[in-house]
Amino acid sequence: MTQGLEGPRPEERPRPEGRRNAQGIRIDPEVEAEPAVRRTVISALVTHEPGVLSDVSGLFSRRQFNIESLTVGPTEDEERARITLVIEEHEPGIEQAKKQLRKLVPVISVRELEPDAMRRELMLIKVSATRPDRVAAVTEMYDGKTVDATPETATIQVTGSRQKVEAAVEAFSQFGIREISRTGTTALARGDDRTAAREESPVEYEADGTPTTPQTTHSDDD
Amino acid sequence: MSEPAPSVATPEQERAQERSDDPEPDAEPTAEPVTTGAQSVIRALENVGVEYAFGVQGGAIMPVYDALYDSDIRHVTMAHEQGASHAADAYGIVSGEPGICLATSGPGATNLVTGLADADMDSDPVVALTGQVPTEMVGNDAFQETDTTGVTTPITKANTFSSDPDTVGDDVGEAFALANTGRPGPTLVDLPKDVTLDDTEHEPGEARVPDTYDVQERADPEVVRAAARRIESADRPLFLLGGGVIKGDASAECREFATDHEIPVATTMPAIGAFPEDHELSMEMAGMHGTGYANMAITHCDTLIAVGTRFDDRLTGGIETFAPDAEVIHVDIDPAEISKNIHAEYPLVGDAATVVDQLSAEVEESPRAKKWRAQCQQWKSEYPMAYDTPEDEPVKPQFVVEAVDEATSDRAIVTTGVGQHQMWACQYWTYTEPRTWVSSHGLGTMGYGFPAAIGARLAAEDDQEVICVEGDGSFLMTMQELAVAVRENLDITVVVLNNEYIGMVRQWQDAFFEGRHSASEYGWCPEFDKLAEAFGARGFRIDDYDEVADTVEAALDYDGPSVIDAHVDPQANVYPMVPSGGDNGQFALTEDQL
Repeated sequence: MTQGLEGPRPEERPRPEGRRNAQGIRIDPEVEAEPAVRRTVISALVTHEPGVLSDVSGLFSRRQFNIESLTVGPTEDEERARITLVIEEHEPGIEQAKKQLRKLVPVISVRELEPDAMRRELMLIKVSATRPDRVAAVTEMYDGKTVDATPETATIQVTGSRQKVEAAVEAFSQFGIREISRTGTTALARGDDRTAAREESPVEYEADGTPTTPQTTHSDDD
Repeated sequence: MSEPAPSVATPEQERAQERSDDPEPDAEPTAEPVTTGAQSVIRALENVGVEYAFGVQGGAIMPVYDALYDSDIRHVTMAHEQGASHAADAYGIVSGEPGICLATSGPGATNLVTGLADADMDSDPVVALTGQVPTEMVGNDAFQETDTTGVTTPITKANTFSSDPDTVGDDVGEAFALANTGRPGPTLVDLPKDVTLDDTEHEPGEARVPDTYDVQERADPEVVRAAARRIESADRPLFLLGGGVIKGDASAECREFATDHEIPVATTMPAIGAFPEDHELSMEMAGMHGTGYANMAITHCDTLIAVGTRFDDRLTGGIETFAPDAEVIHVDIDPAEISKNIHAEYPLVGDAATVVDQLSAEVEESPRAKKWRAQCQQWKSEYPMAYDTPEDEPVKPQFVVEAVDEATSDRAIVTTGVGQHQMWACQYWTYTEPRTWVSSHGLGTMGYGFPAAIGARLAAEDDQEVICVEGDGSFLMTMQELAVAVRENLDITVVVLNNEYIGMVRQWQDAFFEGRHSASEYGWCPEFDKLAEAFGARGFRIDDYDEVADTVEAALDYDGPSVIDAHVDPQANVYPMVPSGGDNGQFALTEDQL
């Protein structure tokens, strides 16, 4: 067959020295390292309308973002809901998740919370009540509350950080866990710091470079 | 799904009316007040100046069609809803205004899905209006019920289930505004039959995007300044224009910037036509089947000014070896594209034309890149896109593409399907104008070309030829739309590069599957020229080189749809080629280099 084109063969061509990593960042090939994965909380303020939750969960599943929990609930404004996501991604993945989330039309604002933000989860855990005194002791140890008790079972409510809830599961396991239901993490920023909030228009600049609107970014990350 | 279409004026009557000097001013002053949800839907389309809609009738959408019966909007009844979605998509590409497609519920809506996914991948402005079963039946698995908003959520920019006759017109207006604001894309409004039948006196308001949707037009001036310094000091600068340059009407700005500062220009496939390919600075298309010189330039540049591109894998090849020496200046209206695939040292979020103007104003001296430009010219002569035409072999497909290009004007519009023929249409046609290249890029939809030609024809100026380059396999997928082109007497010339193979698959099988032609070899094809005649179109056939020029001329001269069945070399392959995930600089020129 005589198909093809003329020209220097691949091995005859000059090759550049540089290289990028899998995230498209230029790197020194000698010191290439995989970017570290971290867990973080992203809060999104959304229009309270049907379909938003499926928009958001669909986005995260089809773009293969590693999501640990997703919670949604009403806010101080009945027309807005807040979605709290815990994701585990490397830095470019976290940036991309925030931007993709912000692109959804019903999403009003998106913000990654500071590590010191208040994060809470609620768990209902049902255990066998063969040793009620011991169950009561563990409940007290985790600031839990017994919400239901029968001769056979005790159901305890535990709230707190994910780590505390997990420690409680471990402690209760000695009694024989019947069922667990957990809400996933919800979170708010501390003090005057605003969690994802109704934001100003994006930055616009005059021809001379002065911003015409206050400097907030799409992801409201300051 | 096959109710008769509302009658429309013949194309001749339509054009005669368009040409007449005092057409009736728009019906607006005398428009009847809206009385139903369906009328509100049509009024919303009229308010934004919609001229054409493409669709297929059916049960749940009938109230909307009934309202359309009284409208000046010209409806083109397609053979299949997929055809409607591609026609609307191409109409959007050529006109810059959203293309409208209509379908009924269930199968009508699902038949639009391919076209919507295609528009979503290519950021083409399309508005789909779908009928839905009455609200009280939704969720009960009613006849022709599909969860249309559920199905289309991942493949639309936005969609909505319209539940109120008072606001259904506003929903349509919003869908239209969203489709073409910021980064364009397809939108969909699902219209339950009771909502369109119900009474309403509500006139739709101004079409506007929701408050939650905002677009940044101008880029951060500090980053612009930094990027300008980088360009001034670049040794090996290269422009990479993407489809956003066409959508954002930034071709003129990019051309001026590149020529003022003598910076070579490569394009992605959707950006074909954004920069004249006959210009000395043009490196033409880069990527998997891009030119050798474009891929050499990308691989060796030290500053890449990328405008409106999402760095698709067909462009980048392996990320690790993509422009590995380059600092990247990335202009895009969608912040999520910045640093998604390729990290940008200079992220510039904003409208392409606006930001290129910002850059232009900031760059004070041209980069000193004389040596680099000479290198680029040298690559052009080292890797020519030449091919042989031995008389004892079948006609080369590249020759046919060049012959049609030569016989048509610079403003001729080319639509294609997907496969080898599409790549030859990229490589061997010289594009010089934006919005003259209409193809399926991101989704790679075989069968896109012919219905797209129908949409392109209606959006094009009368003096622009519309050429549909198709492959035999791709054309067979949607050629039933010939019935529409004949009925509407649309002047379209189809050139089928017929090799009796799914050619691109056959080429990959030869390269990567030891030549095992599993399900790629037809060995027989219908006679497309005779099929065309059966539809009422004009059919032509090419077997030899000496028939090419005359046949092309005759087909172009025919005022109506015509099909050239060009029997080309079945063994012809597309080169250069960067295999999937490969190094752009190591493109293969022949099969043994893969």
